Amino acid sequence: MLRIVHKLRSGFAKMTVREAINSAMAQEIERDSNVFLIGEEVGQYQGAYKVSKGLYDRFGKSRIWDTPITEAGFTGLSVGAAMYGLKPIVEFMTFNFAMQAIDHVINSAAKLHYMSAGGLRTSIVFRGINGAAASVAAQHSQCFAAWYSQVPGLIVLSPYDCDDARGLLKAAVRDPNPVVFLENEIMYNEAFEVPDNVMDKDYLIPIGKAKIMREGKDVTIVTFSKMVKFSMLAAAELEREGISCEVINLRTLKPLDRNTIIESIKKTHRVVTVEEGWGQCGIGAEICSVINETNAFFHLDAPIVRVTGADIPTPYAFNLEELSFPKAHNIVEAVKLVLK
Amino acid sequence: MIFRISRSCFSSISVKLPSFKVHHLELDQLPQTATTTSAELLAYYKSMQLQRRMEIACDNLYKQRLIRGFLHLADGQESIYEGLHAGLTFDDCVITAYRDHCIALLRGDTPHQIIAEMMAKQTGSTKGKGGSMHYYKKATNFYGGHGIVGAQIPLGTGLAFAQKYLKKPNVTLIMFGDGAANQGQLYEAANMAQLWHLPAIYFIENNLFGMGTSIDRASANTKFYTRGDVIPGIQIDGNNVFQVRETLKFAKKHCLEKGPIFIEAMTYRYHGHSMSDPGVTYRTREEVQQQRKTRDCINYVKNIILENKVADEHQLEEIDNTAQNEIDIAVEQAKVDPVPPSTELTTDVYVDNQNHFIRGILYKDSILPKSQ
Repeated sequence: MLRIVHKLRSGFAKMTVREAINSAMAQEIERDSNVFLIGEEVGQYQGAYKVSKGLYDRFGKSRIWDTPITEAGFTGLSVGAAMYGLKPIVEFMTFNFAMQAIDHVINSAAKLHYMSAGGLRTSIVFRGINGAAASVAAQHSQCFAAWYSQVPGLIVLSPYDCDDARGLLKAAVRDPNPVVFLENEIMYNEAFEVPDNVMDKDYLIPIGKAKIMREGKDVTIVTFSKMVKFSMLAAAELEREGISCEVINLRTLKPLDRNTIIESIKKTHRVVTVEEGWGQCGIGAEICSVINETNAFFHLDAPIVRVTGADIPTPYAFNLEELSFPKAHNIVEAVKLVLK
Repeated sequence: MIFRISRSCFSSISVKLPSFKVHHLELDQLPQTATTTSAELLAYYKSMQLQRRMEIACDNLYKQRLIRGFLHLADGQESIYEGLHAGLTFDDCVITAYRDHCIALLRGDTPHQIIAEMMAKQTGSTKGKGGSMHYYKKATNFYGGHGIVGAQIPLGTGLAFAQKYLKKPNVTLIMFGDGAANQGQLYEAANMAQLWHLPAIYFIENNLFGMGTSIDRASANTKFYTRGDVIPGIQIDGNNVFQVRETLKFAKKHCLEKGPIFIEAMTYRYHGHSMSDPGVTYRTREEVQQQRKTRDCINYVKNIILENKVADEHQLEEIDNTAQNEIDIAVEQAKVDPVPPSTELTTDVYVDNQNHFIRGILYKDSILPKSQ
C-alpha cells in the first residue's frame, strides 16, 4: 500500500527513497512468510528514520521485531535464524553501530558457506544508513563501503535512487548469500519519478551490474550512492562548458562491475572516481587497481583522479563538515584535472 | 553412588541421580532416578569409548603433524555428548564452539569423515576446508563448529528463534564453556530469549578452566547456572550421562512451555585447552590423575555394567577393541585419502559461485563470473 505515492501522469509515480525502501520491504514480507524485519525501533516506533513506517501495523509483531539495544546479540540471532532457513532483514540504525556486530556479519555469515563446504548458508540482508548525515559528528558519520566490500562471501549493494532502492533491496532479500545494503540518510528524503514497472512486486535489478546514468564521451565518472547526485550535478555544469561526462552508478560494490567500467574507458580514456569514504584502501582505490590490472589501462590518456572524503574523523562544525566530503564543485575540479 | 536399586524382569535398571542445584526452580520438579537397560548401557559405553578413542587418535596424529593448526580435544567430557544425544532428537538443534568433534560424531559424521577433515583430506566432513573447528550437518540440525568464543550463543538463540517462528516442537541446545560464560553477547542473547520465550537451552560445559584461567580468576560469580538472572538454572554432574540426559529432557519440556533455561554441567577435560597447552601449568598432574581415577565418565558406566552383571571385563575389553579398531581403520583410510583438488580453493565462496568474481593471487588467475 503506497498511500504516499503521488501519481503524476499515467505510467509514473513520485516517491522518496525512504518510501521506495519501505515498499520493497513490505512487498517482500508479504511475498515470503520466512522474511522478517528486525532491529531497534523498527516496529512500534515506526523506524528511527521512519523507513519501516506502517510495517508493524500491517504485519504485526511476528514479522516486525523490536530489539533491545544489543547489536551483537540481535545480529548473531538473525544470522542463526538464517542458518535455520529464515530470511531476516536486519536493520542497523546506522552502520556505525554495526561495528559492535561486525564479527557476526563477517565470521558468522560471510564465511559460513565456504567453511561448511556448502553445507550451510545464510540468506540475510544487513541494511541501514551508511556514511555522513548532517552534523552528527565523528562517531556517526563513517562510510563502511570499503570494509565490507573486501570480504569474500558478502554481496555489498549501495542504492542511489528509488529505482535502485526497490530493485536492489528486493534482489538482496531473494539472494541466497548474505548481503550488506548501504543506504544514505540524506537520500531518504529525495523524491524521484518512478515508472510503473519499478513498482511491480517482482521488480528486480541484477546484482553485479552498474548503471550508466548519463552517457558521455570525454570523462568517465564512477561513483555510488549520494555521490551519484553530485556527479550528475557536476556533469550538468560541465556540459555547459562543453565537457561530456559519462556517469556510472555502481549500484553493486561487490561484485564490482568491471566490464561496464572498462567499456566506458575505451570510449572516454579518462576516469574520475567519487566516494564519500576515506581514500586509503577505498572503493576508488580498488577501481584504480582494477583498471590498472586490466587492458583498460592501455586506454587511459591520463592517470585516474580520485575524489574522496578527507582523511579525518568527521568534525561537527557545519563549515568544517562541508570541507570534509566531496561536493559537486570538487567533482568539476577533478574532471578538469583529468582533462589537463 | 548407589548403582542398583531394582532390576525388573524386563532388565530395566534404575540409577540414582546425583543431587541438583537449582535457581528459580523447585528441586522436586527434577527426577531423582533414571531408568536404563542392559542394551542401553552397553550402547552408551561403546559410543563413549568410540569418542574417547577418536580424540586420543587425534592427539597422536597431531603429534605426528598429520593434523595441523588448532586442535581442541574433549576427552573426559564424553558423557555430555552422549547425554545430549540421548536426551534430544535430530530435530532439536545443537550448536557449539570449537571443541566439537564428539558432537559431529553423534550428529552423524563417521570417524573417517571427522579424522579425514582434520587431516585436511578431500573426504573430510567439510572437504578439508573447515578443519577441527568447523563441522556442520544441516540434515541432523548440527550448526557447528565456531571459532570465535561466544559467537555461537546468539547464533544458537537465532536457531531457537527460527524454531519458534516456524512453530516447531523442538529446542536448541547452545553449548559453551565457563570462559565464554562471561561474554556480553550471552547476556544480550539470553535477554531476548527470555523476552520472547525462545526454546533455548544455554548449556555451560564447566571444566573449571577457560584456557589457562581458572573460573575463580575469570568470573566474579562462578555459579554459572545462576548467571541467567531471572532465567531458571540447574547445575548437574556433566560426567553422569544419565543426569545429563534426564536434565535435557526436563529442559526441553521447560523450553517448549515457558522459555529459556540455563544448565551448568560440571566436567573436566583431560587435555589442555588445545594441543599447544600441556594443561599442567595451571593445574597439577595429580589433579588430572585424580579426576581420571575417581570421576571418569566412562568408568562410571562401566561400573554400573559390572555391578549389574550386564557384561564382564572381558566383554567390555572386546567392545574397547572394536572401538579402537574402528578408529584405526578410519585413520589408515584417511592417511591414504587425497587432499582437496586445487579447484576447491575457490568453490563455495558464494551459494551461486558461478555468478561471482573471485580474485586470484594475481589478477590473471581470477575466476570470472560466468557472464563475463
